[in-house]
Amino acid sequence: MPELIAKSALDGRSLTLAGVTLAEASAGPITSIAILQDGAKDVAKGLKPLGLAFPKPQQFTEKAGVRIVWTGRDQAFLIGVAPPELEGAAVTDQSDGWTVLAVTGVAAVDVLARLVPMDLRPAAFPVKQVLRTQVSHMNAIILRTGDYAVEIMVFRSMARTAWHEVQTAMEMVAARSGIKI
Amino acid sequence: MRLKCPLCGDRDRREFYYYGAEDYLHRPAEGAPLAEWDNYLHLRDNPAGVLRDLWYHEAGCSQWLLVTRNTVTHEIASVELVAERAK
Repeated sequence: MPELIAKSALDGRSLTLAGVTLAEASAGPITSIAILQDGAKDVAKGLKPLGLAFPKPQQFTEKAGVRIVWTGRDQAFLIGVAPPELEGAAVTDQSDGWTVLAVTGVAAVDVLARLVPMDLRPAAFPVKQVLRTQVSHMNAIILRTGDYAVEIMVFRSMARTAWHEVQTAMEMVAARSGIKI
Repeated sequence: MRLKCPLCGDRDRREFYYYGAEDYLHRPAEGAPLAEWDNYLHLRDNPAGVLRDLWYHEAGCSQWLLVTRNTVTHEIASVELVAERAK
């Protein structure tokens, strides 16, 4: 069988304006793990070899480049590794369904403040926290990956729209930072 | 108006979709008398005071929520997960 090359939605492009960098991040395999009724124990057992535990609401954990991200009630995304054998959960491959945008820089929060109806400043949104909310009107999963780093997961079908929205906000923040009052 | 989703925390009303009265959680059993179905489908109270209704957190965790609120004072008394109630 020929080797097929997975292409990302945005060709891994990146853009820097006013000290904020927007880049498409490559996440690797994304697997949804939805716990079935009374399946929590089996899922915990299945995740043990990876050194990960099922995340609490609004949390994600990371170990050796593998992430497990809370995405809903009894649901999490395992990102960056092929899924282990899991009992007690509905496991579905989501790898090509999502696009990840990494927004980094001191003013990243100012850019996203124009798009996201949540307080994303570090005090309200610390590292290792995840939110399911909206970017403009697109449903998104937003991860705080570092002090000045945020990752946004949107449906792949909305990748270019999301890019456009963030880019526009970056241009506005850049323009404003040039104004002397 | 803000609702405190049990999973997502304090969120703006625009993240939610309104469905209707709590009555929708109490579907009559099969073979129930017509009057009961009539009540389930059409008859609603319109209280000036405490009201319980269903909201969907469509821009967040995709959960159905049972919200107890006061139509006079606009106080939100509680927000529960419908799914957790059924357990």
